[in-house]
Amino acid sequence: MSSEAHAHAEETLALREQFDTAEQQKDASTLGMWIFLITEIMFFGGMFAAYTIYRSAYPTVFAVASSSLNVTIGAINTCVLLLSSFTMVMAVRAGQMGKRNMIIIFLILTLIFGCIFLGVKAYEWNEKYVEHHMPGQAAFHLEGTPLQGPAKIFFSLYFAMTGLHALHMVVGVGILLTLIVQTRAKKFSAEYFTPIDISGLYWHFVDVIWIFLFPLLYLIDRHLPK
Amino acid sequence: MTTAVLQERTHYLNNGYGLKSWLLTKDHKRIAVLYFITISIFFALGGVFASLIRLELVTPAGDLVSSETYNKLFTMHGVIMVFFFLIPSVPATMGNFFLPMMIGARDLAFPKINLLSWYLLIAGGGFAIFAMMAGGVDTGWTFYTPYSTTYSNTYVIATALGIFIAGFSSILTGLNFIVTVHRMRAPGMTWFKMPLFVWANYATGVIQVLGTPVIAVTLVLVFCERVFHIGIFDPALGGDPVLFQHLFWFYSHPAVYIMVLPAMGVISELVSTFSRKPIFGYPFVAFSSVAIAVIGFLVWGHHLFVSGQSLYAGLVFSFLSYFVAIPSAIKVFNWTATLYKGSISYATPMLYAFGFIGLFTIGGLTGLFVAALGIDVHVTDTYFVIAHFHYVMVGGTVMAYLGGVHYWWPKMTGRMYPEGWAKLSALFIFVGFNLTFFPQFILGYLGMPRRYHAYPPEFQVLHVASTAGATVLAVGYILPAIYLAWSLRYGPVAGSNPWGATGLEWATPSPPPTHNFDRIPVVTHEAYDYTAVPQEVEVV
Repeated sequence: MSSEAHAHAEETLALREQFDTAEQQKDASTLGMWIFLITEIMFFGGMFAAYTIYRSAYPTVFAVASSSLNVTIGAINTCVLLLSSFTMVMAVRAGQMGKRNMIIIFLILTLIFGCIFLGVKAYEWNEKYVEHHMPGQAAFHLEGTPLQGPAKIFFSLYFAMTGLHALHMVVGVGILLTLIVQTRAKKFSAEYFTPIDISGLYWHFVDVIWIFLFPLLYLIDRHLPK
Repeated sequence: MTTAVLQERTHYLNNGYGLKSWLLTKDHKRIAVLYFITISIFFALGGVFASLIRLELVTPAGDLVSSETYNKLFTMHGVIMVFFFLIPSVPATMGNFFLPMMIGARDLAFPKINLLSWYLLIAGGGFAIFAMMAGGVDTGWTFYTPYSTTYSNTYVIATALGIFIAGFSSILTGLNFIVTVHRMRAPGMTWFKMPLFVWANYATGVIQVLGTPVIAVTLVLVFCERVFHIGIFDPALGGDPVLFQHLFWFYSHPAVYIMVLPAMGVISELVSTFSRKPIFGYPFVAFSSVAIAVIGFLVWGHHLFVSGQSLYAGLVFSFLSYFVAIPSAIKVFNWTATLYKGSISYATPMLYAFGFIGLFTIGGLTGLFVAALGIDVHVTDTYFVIAHFHYVMVGGTVMAYLGGVHYWWPKMTGRMYPEGWAKLSALFIFVGFNLTFFPQFILGYLGMPRRYHAYPPEFQVLHVASTAGATVLAVGYILPAIYLAWSLRYGPVAGSNPWGATGLEWATPSPPPTHNFDRIPVVTHEAYDYTAVPQEVEVV
């Protein structure tokens, strides 16, 4: 690409100097995000490994502890999160078509669903606190099992896993806010919407983590007769 | 040539002066220099702790420092050297500087993230240094639970936080390298035309990306256990401290390959350049890097042979640990085969390369000793293990690091280092290193445990020999610090390709311009094709 063409591209597509073409830049950003998501899988993977080991060591305690969680609220929250993924997809689609108003509307909807999820999560955590199911509490007690130690381990994993998931949601909310501001500043067009695209990947990833967390934490042995 | 000649042209060093032009730079070469300065400071700091350890061990009685202080000294030596020197060493400095140049790119794919990764190392180092100033940490660099989570009264949280943050620096470097190698290669630069240094750093990137997040989450759990009193590893609750060891070594064993793979990449460049031959069996050396990255993830259990791991798991991990030695051996054999009938010159970088091959071979072979279930029970937690991994980390990585620094110094600074002094210091380092660490093999085999500050008088002769060696080694490390600084101003001006080497980095002027290439090169030659490069200067 000649330097003149490069300068032109730089103006319209925010092409950075280390790249030759807009396509190369988009490919690099997308690959970078996928690799980042792989690191995230390994990050959560450590906790999933711990979960697997303790659940196989203490299956009955985990079932009892799991049944103390509120499935209805968890299921509703799962739906909220899935909805937010749908609106995120729509925002990316609007980006492809270059419709800035639609991008903003769908990003705001995603933001709202994300915040609802976090609010409900906070309510659930508070419930656990009130019920003395928080592992750091001196008054920790779980009904229905003599093994209070492993019960604490279940709730340690519950808080660590949902807590880190929520932290990722908070980061996601920050990203959405940034994207909304950038879209308003007319930074994106049908030719250049990579940040929306790869932020979408991140948002869906955080969703997928929850799709694993929900059954693993809330639905242990629910089908068995009590 | 004089200083005036270097000033005539704009290059990355004189393209902007002042602190801001450095601290906000997005140029991979400047960031490499920032890393170089930073990790040199960490290396010196870790060296001070090592010196105090060796001084304490001159006499059998624990007389120089208290046992508590001694625990802190070896912990901080390990933490600083592993996480703040060895992990970033070759990739963050020479990888950062030369990986984009070697594949004919103007910069890494994500220059801002590259700068961010340096700031993360600084932030992580800040926490670690704060922990040391405030009173230190005494858990050993391995942070084994439940001591680290429940009993230690030292600054575990700040240190763990520092390592956590520095881990993201490592992840981002690896991510940047992987994307750059995939997406930024110059026209004609196919995978099998890439210099082996690039292959090595690519494979390292894979380990950084897959391994580092696991230690990150492990440290988060240790952090939460100390701060919020959750219990994942707490045996009092029915938790399993051995789980911590599994998670820790799932990263920390592959981390050994993060430290040594890029060093092996440097050695491939040096051996080829100074014997003026293409690396024998190039594809095997390239794939051996990838094989080490993959198999390296399957061997962590050999750190748990005496931790109550099942015998069958031990058998499998022992077998796999032998297996991972094969690709390393392939490299050593192929470097040696490259020398055969080569036109070998004994410039300083090549002396370091020879040092690496010999010392790494000893380190690798003693690795097989400790990978054998029976012998490991005898030598676990003794000086034998200490000597083994110092042969790999210091005899291997640090030798290659210094070899690479000397090799690329003329490209980075535009000036040559003083060859005589450099050869002398290489000699000091080789002799000092062996005198320091070879006695430790014997000490360990005789039963001297690691991490003790007092010992039976029978061991004193070997300990004094080791400390004497450490003194020689220290002189060997201080010398380059002085003459390299001297050469920045007074060194003879180097041409663009003083070694007659083949990499694309040598096709640029020294020091290189900010965007490396005025015109992106089109690659037509194989890697290490010496018929295409005139030998500019006869090496001393």
